[in-house]
Amino acid sequence: MNLYTYASPANFYILAGKLIPWFAWGAGLFTAWGLYIAFFLAPTDFQQSEAYRIIFIHVPAAWMSMFIYLVMAFWGAIGLAFNTRLSFMMARALAPTGAIFTFIALWTGAWWGKPMWGAWWVWDARLTSELILLFLYVGIIALWAAIDDIKRGDRAGSLLTLIGAINVPIIYFSVKWWNTLHQGASVSLTKAPSMAATMLQGMLILAIAAWLYTIAVAMARVRRIILERERQSEWVKALLEKES
Amino acid sequence: MKSRHKKLLVIVLALAGIGIAATLILNAFQSNLVFFFSPTQVANGEAPGDRAFRIGGLVERGSIKRDPDGLTVRFVVTDTAKSMNVVYKGILPDLFKEGKGVVAEGKLGSDGVFTSTQVLAKHDENYMPPEAAHALEQAQKAQKSLVK
Repeated sequence: MNLYTYASPANFYILAGKLIPWFAWGAGLFTAWGLYIAFFLAPTDFQQSEAYRIIFIHVPAAWMSMFIYLVMAFWGAIGLAFNTRLSFMMARALAPTGAIFTFIALWTGAWWGKPMWGAWWVWDARLTSELILLFLYVGIIALWAAIDDIKRGDRAGSLLTLIGAINVPIIYFSVKWWNTLHQGASVSLTKAPSMAATMLQGMLILAIAAWLYTIAVAMARVRRIILERERQSEWVKALLEKES
Repeated sequence: MKSRHKKLLVIVLALAGIGIAATLILNAFQSNLVFFFSPTQVANGEAPGDRAFRIGGLVERGSIKRDPDGLTVRFVVTDTAKSMNVVYKGILPDLFKEGKGVVAEGKLGSDGVFTSTQVLAKHDENYMPPEAAHALEQAQKAQKSLVK
């Protein structure tokens, strides 16, 4: 089997159709499991008491908001360099989910900030750079929608994605580089996590759930895009005939 | 070199260029990106004297005093090296406690007292059950008494 087979939209359409249920069910199961830990098993926090539980949504959403952007930038770069059709479709399919996760991260952050810090919003480096990420997502989606020529739109959107990618390390390291109101990372590659084990477990399970959800909806979206773009081709016509 | 490899190289070089440009810009704005100043920075004259700014640090233990009006609070913000007197009138966030992080916005008076208009609590990245926090505190106390 050759992996490049699936770079062809026609083959990927079928593969994605088979994989979506697995990822969707996985996402559902992991969400239920993670939320059960978050609400019933994880202990109360010593300084924030119950309010800290918003971390179980906030952190996975914030991670995904940055990670999806990097994946979009990756597909954009591949598309620009190798002119592969499916890469641009993947980038377009991921953007709405990334924007939603960014919004969730900002929204839950505001809900967390008011009771803990005493403010819904402050203009510190972490919050501001995350807000710029939301504007980037919305701007890229708007740019794609504004250009009727699909090929030109793909290139312009991916170029903007690549330029904006510089914002992701700024978000991630903002709490290290500058004085911010936002606290530093509890979980990172360079040190042991500064969280109780059960809390960490719940958060990681919900992060996996967010991954599975993202893969499932991105695949569903990319299938629509494939059908729309290849509607003149023989295989789509044959498929539609078979289904009708 | 194939044309697609050339394109990839151009993309990588362009990204590197953007990265360097962003680094330079962020460096130039370094002082504006700071959300708060520490008492040491204020003592060194790094904070703007003529306009409002924020200070950050820990609320010194045993320093919180309330005025008879019940609303005005006086406390000391410290970064363990230097400390500053702060006066604030208003509602404090729940996490405002002695020995914990705080960020206060306001102006520095000529008498050296920082008159604050907003007080925010800054918590750290540690999450644990209260029993664990208690055990940790006991262990630290035990260690301290051993050193003495």
